[in-house]
Amino acid sequence: MSRRIIYDHNGDGIDRRGFLECMAWVGTGVLYTMASGVVSSETIHGASSRNRGTGQFTFAQISDSHIGFKHDPNNDVTATLREAVARINAMPERPDFVIHTGDITHLSAPSEFDTATQVLTGVKTSRVFYVPGEHDVLTDDGQDYLDRYGKGTAGRGWYSFDHKGVHFIGLVNVLNLKPGGLGLLGNDQLEWLEKDVSGLSASTPIVVFAHMPLWSIYPQWGWGTDDAAQALSYLKRFGSVTVLNGHIHQTMQKVEGHVTFHTAMSTAFPQPQPGTAPGPGPLKVPAEKLRSLLGLADVAFVPNKGSLAIIDSTLAGA
Amino acid sequence: MNRMTIFIMVGSLVLWAAAVAAGSGTGKAPKAAEQVKIGNFSFNPATLTVKVGATVTWINEDDVPHTVVSTTKKFSSRVLDTDDKYAQAFANPGTYEYYCSVHPHMKGKVIVQ
Repeated sequence: MSRRIIYDHNGDGIDRRGFLECMAWVGTGVLYTMASGVVSSETIHGASSRNRGTGQFTFAQISDSHIGFKHDPNNDVTATLREAVARINAMPERPDFVIHTGDITHLSAPSEFDTATQVLTGVKTSRVFYVPGEHDVLTDDGQDYLDRYGKGTAGRGWYSFDHKGVHFIGLVNVLNLKPGGLGLLGNDQLEWLEKDVSGLSASTPIVVFAHMPLWSIYPQWGWGTDDAAQALSYLKRFGSVTVLNGHIHQTMQKVEGHVTFHTAMSTAFPQPQPGTAPGPGPLKVPAEKLRSLLGLADVAFVPNKGSLAIIDSTLAGA
Repeated sequence: MNRMTIFIMVGSLVLWAAAVAAGSGTGKAPKAAEQVKIGNFSFNPATLTVKVGATVTWINEDDVPHTVVSTTKKFSSRVLDTDDKYAQAFANPGTYEYYCSVHPHMKGKVIVQ
């Protein structure tokens, strides 16, 4: 697949056709190009056609690797994670880093974390950043996850960092979940976030990543975060905010003012589109169709344009 | 003591042991098999009414892990992987609400009468 979708919500508006294509295009990987305000999306194979200038960079997003899952439609999720890594390594432009938006493991087992770490060591990039999914914190309130990936983070694993003029924020919305609720950030994290961005100029491009969607996609299936609106209120004054999530195992995008929301595919198994099945959970698809529903994302940043380009690509095809 | 007497005594002992086993030593009536199935990210039935002393067994039929956690922290299962079971006895009457701590939109209740 070599289709390319560009989002230009800060310039002359959203590329509506591309937006709709993306919505319909379940199961691709995403390459994020930060282009100073514009989020665009294209297949990994189309990435080489982009022009690069000073300060431009790319990073990749993988999500929901569910190492340890052994059911239909994928009884070898380690293999498909390896394929995703190979896709990243084959990109024409090496990503500055990779983010994993959670559900690294299926059952939070030490051996599952070990396998994931071993596979992701193979990514040709400087660093892999993580945020936990609910499957990574099933035991001990997520202590094993924090011991492995939470070094140097604030509170229970949240953190931020700056990269080439872009402010990145990794949030944790899978701990202390309340009965009947959705994802939750919690007051401690919200206070931290407010302070974290308080000193930044409004022109600083912001990228937020967390496991569960920070927009209400389908609350009946738990696809949302209870206190996301509070978090987003702290980001209102910024000219370019990109929110990257996983959890729903399919691509979905929404643009609201200066905020672009995007969810990535899983590398393990697809889930049904909202409301199209009795519940969420692994979508049983024929083996020959599986890889067209798994994938990753590549993001590119281009300075002075003010946005990111997000490219979803699947594990299927050449 | 003749053979018939011994036979009757042994037979009675067996019946008594069987009765004790069925009542789990409590001396109460045998428990009914009360079960809640976890499937499609929901508890089925979502509301289960049982008698005092009943033991409820949850079984996870989903391909993702779930938990059974009392909203008032009266009981909590370990993480239940596919086909795992969790049993909880209810000795006192009342309404016991619970949820899945992994997927908190999943809620259920046990009414003990």
